[in-house]
Amino acid sequence: MDSVLHAVEGFMYPNEVELQWSVLIVLYPFITGLVAGAFILASLERIFRVEAVRPTYRLALLTALAFLLVAPLPLQLHLGHPERSFEMYLTPHTSSAMAMFGFVYLWYLMVVLLLEIWLDYRKDIVLLSQRTTGPLRLVYRALTLGSDDISPRALHTDDKVGWFVTLLGIPSAFLLHGYVGFIFGSIKANPWWSTPLMPIVFLFSAIVSGIALVMLMYMGFAWLREQPIDMECVDTIGRYLLYAFVIDFSLEMLDLLHRIYEADESFASLDFMVHTKLYTSHILIQIVLGTLLPIGLLAMVQVIRLSDAARRGLYASAGLLTLIGIFAMRWNVVIGGQLFSKSFLGYTTYKMGFATREGLLPAILLMILPFAILWVLVRLLPPWPREWEEAKPQEAPSVSA
Amino acid sequence: MRLLEGRAHLVRVAGLFAAGLVVFVVIRALLVPADFGVYGHYRAGALDDARKLPVVHAGQATCAECHTDIAELRAKGRHARIGCESCHGAQVRHAKAPDEAKPERPNGRTTCVNCHAANVARPAKHPQVDVAEHPGDDTACIACHVPHQPGTAPEVK
Repeated sequence: MDSVLHAVEGFMYPNEVELQWSVLIVLYPFITGLVAGAFILASLERIFRVEAVRPTYRLALLTALAFLLVAPLPLQLHLGHPERSFEMYLTPHTSSAMAMFGFVYLWYLMVVLLLEIWLDYRKDIVLLSQRTTGPLRLVYRALTLGSDDISPRALHTDDKVGWFVTLLGIPSAFLLHGYVGFIFGSIKANPWWSTPLMPIVFLFSAIVSGIALVMLMYMGFAWLREQPIDMECVDTIGRYLLYAFVIDFSLEMLDLLHRIYEADESFASLDFMVHTKLYTSHILIQIVLGTLLPIGLLAMVQVIRLSDAARRGLYASAGLLTLIGIFAMRWNVVIGGQLFSKSFLGYTTYKMGFATREGLLPAILLMILPFAILWVLVRLLPPWPREWEEAKPQEAPSVSA
Repeated sequence: MRLLEGRAHLVRVAGLFAAGLVVFVVIRALLVPADFGVYGHYRAGALDDARKLPVVHAGQATCAECHTDIAELRAKGRHARIGCESCHGAQVRHAKAPDEAKPERPNGRTTCVNCHAANVARPAKHPQVDVAEHPGDDTACIACHVPHQPGTAPEVK
């Protein structure tokens, strides 16, 4: 505490000097947002029949799974006794939003994501269990659950059940990230957080970040595999990203305008903070660099006829800036909400460690981990057409010739 | 059987979920104590466990039974609301056997500074000193200050 005392300005209550929620708590809403957004993009194809985004459907599901598996880890690292967190499954208290959310997380992981991925990949899993050898064959055999039935009737059933699971998944994804906004928005003692708009703002920013991530992953994997990028697909994703971003930005501006117009007793303090301590992360990074610039780039594609290469460059830049902007938004909410005193008379500073339990290094490792998991998942369950499916159109002309 | 045609794999996955649920219920039954929730959202036996813990604090009234002069002096000063054991530590052993367990005199350089070291987070009216700068680095606070009656003469000798 002494190390941050010199950075305190004005009056702080003793329990406000040191921040309790660190960069790991910034990562948590960022990661769950990516999960929810990736799933919403997948549902575009499945439920809303946006066929153009089909090449990203499976990749979006695997991305959502990889990030969902990592989502609770920042919280576990933050806890002094992580082993006790499992008690909320055994003796949950109905008045605890966090305990109830434990079940939402489990529902989303088990019933929505795993089931949908299993149903969608079942045909591939059965075929892979017959074609692969070695230990991997055992993995695929286990994943078939002992059923090799890939008859048209069975696959039709899978498709119908999968559709229903996706339908269930949309409100579940909304619940997943809406909760994260709720947990901040419901803290009435903190004027920076306490607004009923928070869950909605979090939800749309989640959709924005998830769509941007899957778009980048799709382009990245296409580049790695030296495969052409389906421009109709990325154009469509870019369009949806723009729509979601405009709604997200409008909601955030609505919140801001409301705060400025209402100008309650906390306003002067929060206004000072946005113009000083949070100026770089809020005004410059979140709003200018991470919102206005990508919206401008995405809008430019809509009004100016550009070459495929130029559009790819713009989409990649807009996607990266979007992720930076949404991360900055999480940072400004979580860290920003702890920088001012509830007396509105003072400000503290966040001092981030490096190789500490809640420092920068574990945060970086936690952000790398979902990509490593995704790499394994993509190896195990390739989201692109298998060689036996790709072979068909090539064989057809030779037969007719 | 026709009903299961093309759906057998769904029965298997449903069975897997059901098995998971059963495992969860069994684990819950094994791990949650039987007396959980009897009085509230906690283990009822925790109350007995807490009662069994040894008492370490004697309490202010016990101290005042013997140290009448100090209690009277303190009651007039600004430390009137500070419990004896806040500075002197837990003293139940001393209360039970005054001659066998003699409490040590608190070291002001570690005890007093808990409340009086300069800290911007403290109200400006609260008496504070910069420990590094304050006179008497090598002297105990009580060499000059009267902890049982601070703010009254002779505060600084």
